[in-house]
Amino acid sequence: MSLPPQTPLDAASPVPDSAAASPPPQVRPTLGEIFIAFAKISLSGFGGVLAWSRRMMVEERQWLTPEQFNETYALCSFLPGGNILNFSVVVGSRFRGPLGSVVAFAGLMGPPVLLVLAIAAIYAHYGDLPALRRMLGGVAAAAAGLMLATVAKMARPLFHNRAVVGPLMALATFVAIGLLHWPLPGVLLVVIPLSIALAWLVPTRGAG
Amino acid sequence: MKDDLGGTLLTLAGYFALLSLFAIGGGNSAVPEMHRFAVDVQHWLTEREFGDVFALAQLTPGPNLIIVTLIGYHVAGLPGGLVTTAAMCGPSAVFAFFAARASEHFRESAWYGILSRALVPVTLGLTAASAAVVATSSGYNWIAVAITLGTAVTAFFVRVHPLLAFAVAAMLGLGGLV
Repeated sequence: MSLPPQTPLDAASPVPDSAAASPPPQVRPTLGEIFIAFAKISLSGFGGVLAWSRRMMVEERQWLTPEQFNETYALCSFLPGGNILNFSVVVGSRFRGPLGSVVAFAGLMGPPVLLVLAIAAIYAHYGDLPALRRMLGGVAAAAAGLMLATVAKMARPLFHNRAVVGPLMALATFVAIGLLHWPLPGVLLVVIPLSIALAWLVPTRGAG
Repeated sequence: MKDDLGGTLLTLAGYFALLSLFAIGGGNSAVPEMHRFAVDVQHWLTEREFGDVFALAQLTPGPNLIIVTLIGYHVAGLPGGLVTTAAMCGPSAVFAFFAARASEHFRESAWYGILSRALVPVTLGLTAASAAVVATSSGYNWIAVAITLGTAVTAFFVRVHPLLAFAVAAMLGLGGLV
């Protein structure tokens, strides 16, 4: 759930590991074990599902080496959709094929969906209570603040080497989506190809 | 909505299935787009309700994009919640399944560096946009703005557990300040 101190993209940043993804894991957890592991990750996932998925996969169960974890998470953070959802699909598949993916995904999404449906039913009844509205207003304001802090932390490396391209792309995206409220697909279909082209053409040093 | 449940479910399914493939950088980066569609275009939720739903999603453990379950439920009850969740998760999950098989050593490839430099700024802009949309959904109340900025500054310098920040903010809200 909400803004982890370590954002998913932290996994995508530096820390080079030459031995990435090798050797392949010899572990082959059962479907039941996969389900329980991902359900636990999901339900303890306050303050960053990333931190919990790492603790579970690398430290507790030792199903992945730290390198394999980084490699997998880096890929998942560039795929569309929730990073941790992608992670569950990829890891589940590695252990037990398509069925492993389905089970990992079900473990990750099943429990919180049931929980949030109960919350939704309660909100449908009591959502108009002034006290509840005021509390939720406070929570939303704080959540916006946490997101701003994450943005500020992530933005720092962007300004290294007097880079121009990265900050410009970030600003353009923010203005188009956050201020002008333009539709996301249209904006991304312009911004992403442009950003990839610039990242490719502008040399690493000084590029954003 | 009850008179045309089938049509509403179809709209939810189609829209969120498309959004699933455009939600780069995780669930929160698609929040402004959900807001645009659900509040501005479809008028499914008011500004205030959207802010509430976002807050509830933050209070629920699990992936961020659980917010779509709440939006779907609000629009079309239990079927709406389930259909929306499946639509938001399905396409990207299938995509991830095949992408992982195609790219074994992704971090070592040249694409990794290029994609990283290209997509991180975009994700950053999207997250900032989410913060802006959520902050303004609760109105331009000065206390709400103060909570937002106070939380931002604190969390920037110190490691703050989200639940602690939410609890403090909820108490300030309950005190009639928001």
